Amino acid sequence: MMQAQVAQGQSPLLEVRDISVVFGGIIALNGVSFDMHKGAILGLIGPNGAGKTTLFNCLSRLYQPSTGDILMEGQSILTRPPHRMAEIGIGRTFQNVALFPNLTVLDNVRVGTHARTNSDIISDSLRLGWVRRGEAELNKKVNEIIGYLDLGDVAHTVVSGLPFGTQKRVELARALAAEPKILLLDEPAGGLNHEEVHVLGDLIRRIRDDRHMTILLVEHHMGLVMSIADHVVALNFGKKLAEGTPAQVQTDPDVIKAYLGSKDQ
Amino acid sequence: MSAADEVANEARPVEATPKRAMTLGIGASLVMLALLIIGPMFVKNFIVFQLTMLLIYALAVLALNILTGGSGQFSLGQSAFYAVGAYTSAILIEHFGVNYALTLPVAGIICFAFGYLFGQPALRLSGIYLALATFALAVAMPQLLKLGVFEHWTGGVQGLVVTKPDAPFGLPISQDRWLYYFTLVVAIGIYIASVNLLKSRSGRAFMAIRDNEIAASAMGVDVALYKTLAFGISAGITGVAGGLGAIAVQFVAPDSYTITLAIALFLGMVVGGVGWLPGSIVGSAFIIFVPNIAEEVSKGLSGAVFGVLLFLVIFLVPHGARQVAMVAQGMLGKLRKG
Repeated sequence: MMQAQVAQGQSPLLEVRDISVVFGGIIALNGVSFDMHKGAILGLIGPNGAGKTTLFNCLSRLYQPSTGDILMEGQSILTRPPHRMAEIGIGRTFQNVALFPNLTVLDNVRVGTHARTNSDIISDSLRLGWVRRGEAELNKKVNEIIGYLDLGDVAHTVVSGLPFGTQKRVELARALAAEPKILLLDEPAGGLNHEEVHVLGDLIRRIRDDRHMTILLVEHHMGLVMSIADHVVALNFGKKLAEGTPAQVQTDPDVIKAYLGSKDQ
Repeated sequence: MSAADEVANEARPVEATPKRAMTLGIGASLVMLALLIIGPMFVKNFIVFQLTMLLIYALAVLALNILTGGSGQFSLGQSAFYAVGAYTSAILIEHFGVNYALTLPVAGIICFAFGYLFGQPALRLSGIYLALATFALAVAMPQLLKLGVFEHWTGGVQGLVVTKPDAPFGLPISQDRWLYYFTLVVAIGIYIASVNLLKSRSGRAFMAIRDNEIAASAMGVDVALYKTLAFGISAGITGVAGGLGAIAVQFVAPDSYTITLAIALFLGMVVGGVGWLPGSIVGSAFIIFVPNIAEEVSKGLSGAVFGVLLFLVIFLVPHGARQVAMVAQGMLGKLRKG
């Protein structure tokens, strides 16, 4: 395995090694492996129930795989609790948007910086000098991200009242505030219209380029994946069906069979 | 591409954060402060005592507000923390001759530890189940205080009488007035610290947990740590309130700290507005004065009258004093413009 990495010139940022997940006798994932390289956009596709979300939840440590390992920069992430993922550089968004509904857009994004800042309850209660300076710095950073995603108009609005598309942008802003090395996007196009999906695709690419992030895109929307991904992994029934460039995967006979076989695509 | 360009390049300036969400504006705060300072100068000692209790219960309601309004955890067990604080102060003053003011931080620290430890098993519970677990704590506490083992310290069923402190430096004010201003200083200090806390990184972590635990964890918030910290902070402040209460009432006894007190504090929080810290004093006023008003209306049916008044409040202003404040603010704004 080490030799394979050396041969590629650069070791992968994230390695998924032979992951299996079993839920009470049902095999949700069965020996899936792939690598993610720095700066790439990797698309993870598959019909409903293929195991995409299961894999995604393994990467954010909500599920514990029964076998296999996940390495981030060579270190296993499986020994760390979920709340340490942000700290080591794995950020995520949620399929149906999981914001903090009673907080403003600003505060939602501020929570995103939690893993990149420090404080304790005593200093926070007394609002000591270093806490005030930290908050000022944090606000500068948060405002930059809010401007970057064009959320300035709604910055002080409580998020629960915002339209779904805007909420998705807030979630993206919150994820960016954690300065992740890898950004996991769970069906970002879900619930968006045609025009919005197009804008989103450009935005994801820009984020990768401007902010030097590596992106894992789990997506139903085939058009979006094929237009922006550098590399695609196709899953079906918990197994890896195919892997390669979008063009290769699109023409793979197994993939075509899997999609034509299930009418929900 | 053009749409995305616009999205990405147009960085709009963001104005300073509005500070109104959790607190009063500066004007309203100063008016409130002036009332609290000047008010007691012109009333009888008994009313000064009642105002002292108003501040003390306001602190206990504030503590519950941080726990429930801040971190989203319920507690019907605040009377237990209040009792531990009260007994800590009483025992230190009466058995060890410690200065009353110095007993308060000790009561706060002991209750913080107690709340933090209680928060550990409570981590597995949420919502109504957590409310039940804390309810059990409130029910158990008076009996624990009566235990023969501790009787030498606690005075058992009899309780302990606490000496009322004199005003220091030969100040020419009554004991009651001195205690009022002493309590006011402590209460203001704790109020400011609580507002600071809820507006800080820790406070945002509390509220993130309240709103969505999984998302909070994905942002790097150690959910277990912050939940237990919230319990500790809430218990600590309640303990200080309990200590002040023991000094003001000059007496601690197990049956002063039953589940009735815990429910009263819960009521105070709801009436004041969950999550709105200035509402704590309104909630406290409700639980201290409304039962008296009910008694004046009808001696025999005071409980029923109280029930009707409570029902009216919940029916008319379900968000409590916060809602009233919002409406008043809106009307003031219109008046100024008009």
